[in-house]
Amino acid sequence: MGKLVDTIRERFADKIVDAHDRQGDETVVVARDHALEVYRFLRDDPEMAFDFLIDLTAVDYFGKTPRFEVVGHLFSLPKCRRLRVKVPVDEKDCRAPSLSSLWKSANWLEREVFDMFGIRFDGHPDLRRILMYPEFEGHALRKDYPHDRRQPIIPERDPVENPWPPRRLGAAR
Amino acid sequence: MTLPAERAEMGTPDRSHEIMELQMGPSHPASHGTIKFNLKLDGETIVDCDVEIGYLHRGFEKMCEQGTWTQVFPYTDRLNYASPLINNVGFALAAEKLAGIQAPERAQWIRMLTSEISRITDHLTCLGMAGVEVGAFTVGLYTNEAREYLYDLVETLTGARLTVSYCRIGGVTNDLPAQFGEVLADRFAKIRAVLADCDKLLTRNRIFVDRMSGVGRLSQEDAISYSLTGPLLRATGVNYDVRKQCPYLFYDQVDFEVPLGSRGDNYDRFLVRFREIEQSMRIAEQCLAKMSAGPVIVSDSRFALPPKRDVYNSIEGLMNHFKIVIEGIKLPAGETYLAVEGANGELGFYLVSDGSGRPYRVRVRPPCFFGMASLGDVLKGHMLADIVTTFGMINMIGGECDR
Repeated sequence: MGKLVDTIRERFADKIVDAHDRQGDETVVVARDHALEVYRFLRDDPEMAFDFLIDLTAVDYFGKTPRFEVVGHLFSLPKCRRLRVKVPVDEKDCRAPSLSSLWKSANWLEREVFDMFGIRFDGHPDLRRILMYPEFEGHALRKDYPHDRRQPIIPERDPVENPWPPRRLGAAR
Repeated sequence: MTLPAERAEMGTPDRSHEIMELQMGPSHPASHGTIKFNLKLDGETIVDCDVEIGYLHRGFEKMCEQGTWTQVFPYTDRLNYASPLINNVGFALAAEKLAGIQAPERAQWIRMLTSEISRITDHLTCLGMAGVEVGAFTVGLYTNEAREYLYDLVETLTGARLTVSYCRIGGVTNDLPAQFGEVLADRFAKIRAVLADCDKLLTRNRIFVDRMSGVGRLSQEDAISYSLTGPLLRATGVNYDVRKQCPYLFYDQVDFEVPLGSRGDNYDRFLVRFREIEQSMRIAEQCLAKMSAGPVIVSDSRFALPPKRDVYNSIEGLMNHFKIVIEGIKLPAGETYLAVEGANGELGFYLVSDGSGRPYRVRVRPPCFFGMASLGDVLKGHMLADIVTTFGMINMIGGECDR
């Protein structure tokens, strides 16, 4: 197994649920409560130096427990390597810690995960839908959302009387 | 006209510093893309800008889960429709990484060649529109003409200008047509002439420089924090190009430079793209020179359709054909992430397979999504008219950003 994954495992011991490097992609699975701590370490530690949050998404493993996995892809420009961090999220308590305090790009990425999967991010300054409109029912990328489902027709929204939910004032961006 | 002092005497409120809310878009003639800016303006200065995307959301990731792996290719054409071949290549490479196979050498050279042709068409689109938006309409016509030279060529290769669907898992659909290299060399000569004209028209044009220089600046720290890649990141001086740092295909065997900016403003973004066109042409020429004859798709019957000769004349060929068409190519269960350098930055594919013939999850990392996320911050303090140039240089492609 890769050296990188071993180092992280030694550092965090039982906080790392699983680690592997299948298909050459080094991956760690982190318990949800420690995710923010691990991400902060990966970004700030000079040995790790993962300065880019390249991508953040989720996968719905419908029928399994925990049902969701929030998947982050990190890239370190100084070390020129990649790492995948997965955080399991249960359906009953569908929330994960927000990374928006670490990377500015996490803001929009987490909004998209919320929009598509309904996973809430604790500590997100401005969690609202991004690709869909506020009246959209359900979360489109969940496996129990049929791809041909019709949405109810919504009345025209008066932009003055009933504007798009505004960004929260004072929200850190 | 009444003076402010007189207004105060008359009891009329002074509205000169009132914040005005303005909704620009989603269909605004100056923005080539369906997008909405919710603006708060003090006069013409932007106090706050909330960017709304999603107007071109077609459920790309959801639709990918409905068909077979091969049926994803036509969807990828419609991501960044200014450079569809790069999307094709990115998805094919990710799927091959998951399957643990490699395309034949010639197919890999062809993929590099077509990727670079696509990068040129994308940059030409972006630069031409940048000119049009600040009033240099001529440049838009010139670059469109140059782009057409390449689209013609892509048509001879794939049969379509935009919706190419050229790659397959394990290779490409067909080999280069006869005399492709000669025609390409001729077209490149024409494009170089067009670029020389555009250079004279824009690069030191007073109006153009005034509108672009110093506008839309982003520091290196912010660019990294916003996960920007591609020309937007390189304009700030950070040297990150997937082709250099994490080479795929044969990018480590060709000689090319990565143009860098220094100030991270719109003018640097323009220059980086402009210089990248020349580098892409260099890579394409080297690809043609280094290519040798050979097959363009793997002969493994688990992944590639057998030749028609076998389908009609042997039971194995017929069965393989049937299995791939009806059940789809079965990629082993697992997950993978693979990134290629798209025209706008790192184009990543995160694929999850459950071992059946259908994708379990296809996630695209769209490079311009991140540029759009930074736009609200970048525009603060700028003038209303700067939205047009900054948005143009981010080069948001709706199909890719909204998927």
